[in-house]
Amino acid sequence: MSLEINFSAKVFENRKRKYNEYDEIALTIRQDIIKSLVLAKSGHPGGPLGITDVMSVLFFGSVMKYDPSNSDWSERDRFVLSAGHMAPVQYSTLARAGYFPTEELKTLRKYGSRLQGHPGLDMHLPGIETSSGSLGQGVSIAVGMAMSDWIIDKNDRKVFCITGDGELQEGASWEAAMAAGSHRLSNFCWIVDNNDCQIDGRVTDILSVYPLKEKFEAFNFDVIEIDGHNYQQIQAAFDKFEENHKNNGLPTCIIAKTFMGKGVSFMNDEYKWHGNPPNEEQAETALSELI
Amino acid sequence: MTKIESYGNKPTRDGFGLGLVELGEKDERIVVIGADVSGSVKTSYFQDRFPERFISVGVAEQNATTVAVGLALSGKVPFFSSYSAFAAFRNADQIRVSICYNEANVKIGGGHSGLTVGPDGATHQSLEEVAFLRTLPNMTLICPADFEQAKKATIAIGEMVGPAYLRFGRPSVPMFTKPEDEFIIGKADLLREGTDVSIVANGIMVWEALKAAEALKEKHNINAEVINCHTIKPIDEEALVNSAKKCGAMVTAEEHQVHGGLSGAVAEVLVKNYPIPMEFVGVKDTFGGSGEPFELTELFGLTWKEIYASALFAIDRKKNGTSSIRKVKDVAIYTDGI
Repeated sequence: MSLEINFSAKVFENRKRKYNEYDEIALTIRQDIIKSLVLAKSGHPGGPLGITDVMSVLFFGSVMKYDPSNSDWSERDRFVLSAGHMAPVQYSTLARAGYFPTEELKTLRKYGSRLQGHPGLDMHLPGIETSSGSLGQGVSIAVGMAMSDWIIDKNDRKVFCITGDGELQEGASWEAAMAAGSHRLSNFCWIVDNNDCQIDGRVTDILSVYPLKEKFEAFNFDVIEIDGHNYQQIQAAFDKFEENHKNNGLPTCIIAKTFMGKGVSFMNDEYKWHGNPPNEEQAETALSELI
Repeated sequence: MTKIESYGNKPTRDGFGLGLVELGEKDERIVVIGADVSGSVKTSYFQDRFPERFISVGVAEQNATTVAVGLALSGKVPFFSSYSAFAAFRNADQIRVSICYNEANVKIGGGHSGLTVGPDGATHQSLEEVAFLRTLPNMTLICPADFEQAKKATIAIGEMVGPAYLRFGRPSVPMFTKPEDEFIIGKADLLREGTDVSIVANGIMVWEALKAAEALKEKHNINAEVINCHTIKPIDEEALVNSAKKCGAMVTAEEHQVHGGLSGAVAEVLVKNYPIPMEFVGVKDTFGGSGEPFELTELFGLTWKEIYASALFAIDRKKNGTSSIRKVKDVAIYTDGI
């Protein structure tokens, strides 16, 4: 490979930020995604690039409570990436939070790596709460975690989960939604990455999941629709969730309208970038845009 | 004919339900996920005793399974129970990925297993789940023989760490293991010593195996060994190989398809270690149907009579290489007058 790939060691704190401070974080994560995927020669760039802005606020804007030096901290909030194929964004985010060395991002999808193609709990990568990848399962596991905190232990911990929108075609997703709504899990925040793209095409064309807002409202969620690339709106949505949690309100569903491949012009809003990695030339072009 | 003794009848599902309560008393991490059939699978006992540790998720077995995983990953010891027909198949992907790959400490109670669920018919008669579950890495799989053993097995899986599936049934069945008998996961029980043929059974077929052994002794002076192989995974290789060496012929018996269940598990052990003639008693690649539980076991060939005849086949093969009586379909002629 003529393109030289290196990962800076830079990590970011989890604290209240001004909105313009997220630019650098999101840019770094997007670079990581492109770099780790061109090295892996397989994987999913589109979804990770699209959800990067949400992940930046979630992990670095004092929304979640966690301690990278003590990943098993018993009071931590938990994050489940139900759309396990978007693992590259989670790996980069965790590395940039300080859970493990950023250099390890080079090992994505390689044999023996802790960075499995889809998150694998068996590899014991700090910050990974569960294996995921079989769509519709992660969100249900997250509901179980939220039940443990809210119903059994009655503590203040929160559970965040990201699903895709195509993932909502899995019936099990709605079993999870019904359970969260019926048990009124105030501590549960479900983020739908609504880029309207899936492997075969537009979600609208393959099998429409719309209307989303009304569906989740009917399942007893407080639904917030946002521009998933607008830090102010992302922050406001998480603030609303915090309020719902404090007031023993409904579980929260944030429908984040995003663009697949956001940040890389030739990938932007193109469903064909769901599951194909950039080649070296494409990665070079992408990285030249991510500065 | 019988000299073997039972001391009453109770369903294995009751053993599961009462075992859960006993576990709950000892360990506050025990939680139970209800999927609308709590009264049938007896998780209602736990619900009555510990309502604060019982979470209902409705008729949604996929979600029940993964919710249990979420609870396990939060330090709880969750039990999810439904009928085996729904607790092992419609949630198969969840069991594979979220329970077994995660090595999550989830316990599944598979109730109403096999033909003996009776009149509900084929849709509710799970006869295949052992074949699926035993292929899953990290899984422990147990099928107890009676009420007392079901109770002990429930407690044992609650006390071990890792995924486990307990297979039990609906009707009252003879109780013959004693409260003081030891139960160890992965250790088969040698119930009767013999030298001519080894009968390896689990679930309700253990009682039938004991009856068959008694009949073989009476009619042919054959000394049959009987092993209760309650744990299908991890299977007790040592006990099976020792018995194979001692007897030179073996019969497996289970309330399950003859393909892939206990039969397959035992055959895999013997083929690798000590191949001998084997015969399999079980449901023969067909679905069940409505009927009374023990009418069905007669009709589908799940009684001591098939075990008895199969033992004769196996011994014949051991002696002669092949069996001249192998083709005979109606076992009645071998069991007349017993």
